[in-house]
Amino acid sequence: MSAEAPVQAPVQAVPFLPMIRTLGLVSLICGFAVTFAYQWTKPYVEENQRITTERAVRAVLPGAVTQRAFVLGKDGISPAAADSPAEDVVYVGFDAAGKIVGIAARGASRGYADLVHIMFSYDPACECINALKVTKMNETPGLGDTVLKDPDFKRNFEALDARVNAEGTALANRIVTVKHGTKREAWQIDAISGSTVTSKAIGRGLDQSAQRLVPRMQRHLAELERGGR
Amino acid sequence: MSLVNKEEPLTLDTFVRGVWRENPVFVTLLGMCPTLAVTNSATNAISMGLATTFVLICSNVLVSMLRKVIPKEVRIAAYIVLIASFVTVVDYAIQAISLEVYEALGAFIQLIVVNCIILGRAEAYASRQTVVNTAVNSIGTGIGFTLALLCLGVVREVLGAGTLFSVRILPDQFQPWVLMLLPAGGFFVLAGWLLLIDFMNVRKERRALEQQGATVHGQ
Repeated sequence: MSAEAPVQAPVQAVPFLPMIRTLGLVSLICGFAVTFAYQWTKPYVEENQRITTERAVRAVLPGAVTQRAFVLGKDGISPAAADSPAEDVVYVGFDAAGKIVGIAARGASRGYADLVHIMFSYDPACECINALKVTKMNETPGLGDTVLKDPDFKRNFEALDARVNAEGTALANRIVTVKHGTKREAWQIDAISGSTVTSKAIGRGLDQSAQRLVPRMQRHLAELERGGR
Repeated sequence: MSLVNKEEPLTLDTFVRGVWRENPVFVTLLGMCPTLAVTNSATNAISMGLATTFVLICSNVLVSMLRKVIPKEVRIAAYIVLIASFVTVVDYAIQAISLEVYEALGAFIQLIVVNCIILGRAEAYASRQTVVNTAVNSIGTGIGFTLALLCLGVVREVLGAGTLFSVRILPDQFQPWVLMLLPAGGFFVLAGWLLLIDFMNVRKERRALEQQGATVHGQ
């Protein structure tokens, strides 16, 4: 009474070498294609980024004849390069006589859908923020995106108080977004009813960036002015 | 070793089936993520359609060229690497052409990698057919996909913003239907197009049946 041993299907050998060879060939082709595309498009991408930034700066500094980018570090200023930290870069606008007409900087904060990116201009003469442009956002059409068109909201940024405290370390008053119709102070932003989240994101982004950069702008104003000559 | 099946002859149908009879959006309902997400304007729709078409053609032609040397055990890995590489190329190209379009399309450019139209065509067609057949079929499918996205994008932009390719075409008195720019609007418009196409197909079948009946009775 011998039990029949189960018949096992012959195990097919995995074609190890052809697999490695093929994946190697595919990787080689793909690597070449990606590297070639990167090298070929790099100057065009950088030029597009430069044009986009220049347009945004021009929008918030319409009176500037020339503009120069600087890195505004804790200890001093230096000309901005492509790999400079974006949060420390400021764009100084000069008039024909080489005087500063305003200093533009970037900011960003989380809105309803994604980060809301802004560019604002600081006027050292009035110690205020006198222009703001939303450079990138992905907010809900018809709700969040009203911040782009609402004239009352835009009026918030005609002379928004951004004075520096006595120690010169931060803003004297935090920039805050308040509920629509309750704005009492010059450093407050009147939110748009129906797009409160986006209004607050703009206020937050502006405050964070201004708290960091405006005291440095004031401290190095003379150096920035000399940098334009 | 590889998935080489019977190769079909090159006919007009090789091209046309992807445009109409097997349209990826309206018939096989593939690639729904970009279809619903980026068709809130005609420009975005056409940009996504062209980007996908480029990846579809390039990756499938390469899959077809390499079909006899790619072992079946690693075919999906090889297809994904090929597709991802061409998506990266497209990603750089769109950034070089227009940053506005790049930002409008957002993550959906990178997500072309997992678009089932491309992987589906690679597995079901390119891995079994000649390079010429694959190129023609991919062009047809790409055009079909682009046209479908454009159909959605045009309706959504016109009703949602009163513009077409950012040019105002409806009078200022027109109150835009903002809903059309939201994801829900994508579903509504897609449903509308599917209803229309189904209605046309049913009518065509009914006519064919009537003609058949008339022929039988006439005998």
